[in-house]
Amino acid sequence: MALLDMCRLDEKINLKPADSLATFQNDVVGYTQNFFNSTQLATPPFANPVETLAQFNTKDETGRQIKIEFDHGTTTLGFRYKGGVLLAVDSRATGGQFIGSQSMKKIVEINDYLLGTLAGGAADCVYWDRVLAKQCRLYELRNRERISVAAASKLMANMVYNYKGMGLSMGMMLAGIDKRGAQLYYVDSEGTRTPGKVFSVGSGSVYAFGVLDSGYRWDLEDVEAQELGRRAIYHATHRDAYSGGIIRVYHINDNGWVNISNEDCSELHYKYQAEKGITE
Amino acid sequence: MSNIQLQCLLGIQGKDFVMIAADQTNSHSIMVMKDDEDKIYKISDKLAMGIIGDSGDTNQFAEYIAKNIQLYKMRNSYELGPSAAANFTRRNLAEYLRSSTPYFVNILMGGYDKENGPELYFMDYLASSIKVPFAAHGFGGFLSLSIMDRQYKKDLTEQEAYDILKLCVQEVHRRLFVSLPNFQVTVVNKDGVRALPVLNSKSLQ
Repeated sequence: MALLDMCRLDEKINLKPADSLATFQNDVVGYTQNFFNSTQLATPPFANPVETLAQFNTKDETGRQIKIEFDHGTTTLGFRYKGGVLLAVDSRATGGQFIGSQSMKKIVEINDYLLGTLAGGAADCVYWDRVLAKQCRLYELRNRERISVAAASKLMANMVYNYKGMGLSMGMMLAGIDKRGAQLYYVDSEGTRTPGKVFSVGSGSVYAFGVLDSGYRWDLEDVEAQELGRRAIYHATHRDAYSGGIIRVYHINDNGWVNISNEDCSELHYKYQAEKGITE
Repeated sequence: MSNIQLQCLLGIQGKDFVMIAADQTNSHSIMVMKDDEDKIYKISDKLAMGIIGDSGDTNQFAEYIAKNIQLYKMRNSYELGPSAAANFTRRNLAEYLRSSTPYFVNILMGGYDKENGPELYFMDYLASSIKVPFAAHGFGGFLSLSIMDRQYKKDLTEQEAYDILKLCVQEVHRRLFVSLPNFQVTVVNKDGVRALPVLNSKSLQ
């Protein structure tokens, strides 16, 4: 054993008997970590969770469809301009072809100066946004100052990066105001974290980008910016079956965030049609 | 899904400098999210690293290496030279390659030190590492490599190297099916790490 210690083989290879690993107690401890530490998830006890879990997406052993479909499909957008940051999102939550909700709040109010948008797996987004909100509040209590958007986004990116490749699915924007002014960050479950001017995330983002990019200027007025965001989401809800419901617009300036409007996309549709002179 | 081949990294070593160019596109599936991303990291005073690969991995790995090399400097009060830093990076890549969480990144590392002068290291995600006079990563690299073969000579000046990179970027713009509009360029020489003007269709005219 002396040689073994000297070579430090026990650090590389597990020399304990196999059954000592697979005790009931170890399982309980391993799978309840989340009760004590919110950033600790119980990960699937097998390799390549993404591929392995995907098998459940087709058929079970009797040939019956047991499709597990996560909530997906969204349009969210955010952009920075001279008046601060603007966020606009839809509110439809879908699971496959089924519309689960038409009134979801996809903008999470982390604190009075920080907002997060949700896209991707609804459960993942809601959960990790809550963890982030907790972390941001703790930061505030510890340091007697508000967390910067850069730091908040890095907390988020580092947390989800630990679970990269294990099936988390989320694409979020973090927007807020700090000492450095209005900030917008894009963070996703791949581990990307990047600041930017214009972002759109979700299945409807291709449509939203079209309207957004062609109407975007740095020196937009506040009202113009709000209308641009709303318009881009409206056009996305029009073309993307997985987006719809209420279009929520938030604006962030030096005084924190304000909820500008929450309008039904179908009412907006008739309003925009009427502006074009079409009435039916 | 990875787009490691759709990104592009170029590097040339000259007489008394190393020049690294990286495209600035950040794409997700079919969409370009950003075209002014920084893919070249300053690791220490005379060391820069261009890194492309899986989103998330690139940033995390570059920062991990940069911080560890800084830590080494603090602990030992002398810096890791380019070859030592490249060896350290390669070792880390190799160890993570054989773990459950490998880093899917391709790297060019350029540095300068007094003894060995400028050095350029080519590294890929399988943790191979080799010192080369010029190198390229990605599909854009295929197009660029022949240009470098044709144009490279010993004792290049900075201007000559920048001109070769210009030719490469022009070829990428002309022949590559993906849009890589902007290339950032960084040069490392005896004075440290310096950014050169971005190469794009406007500056190439």
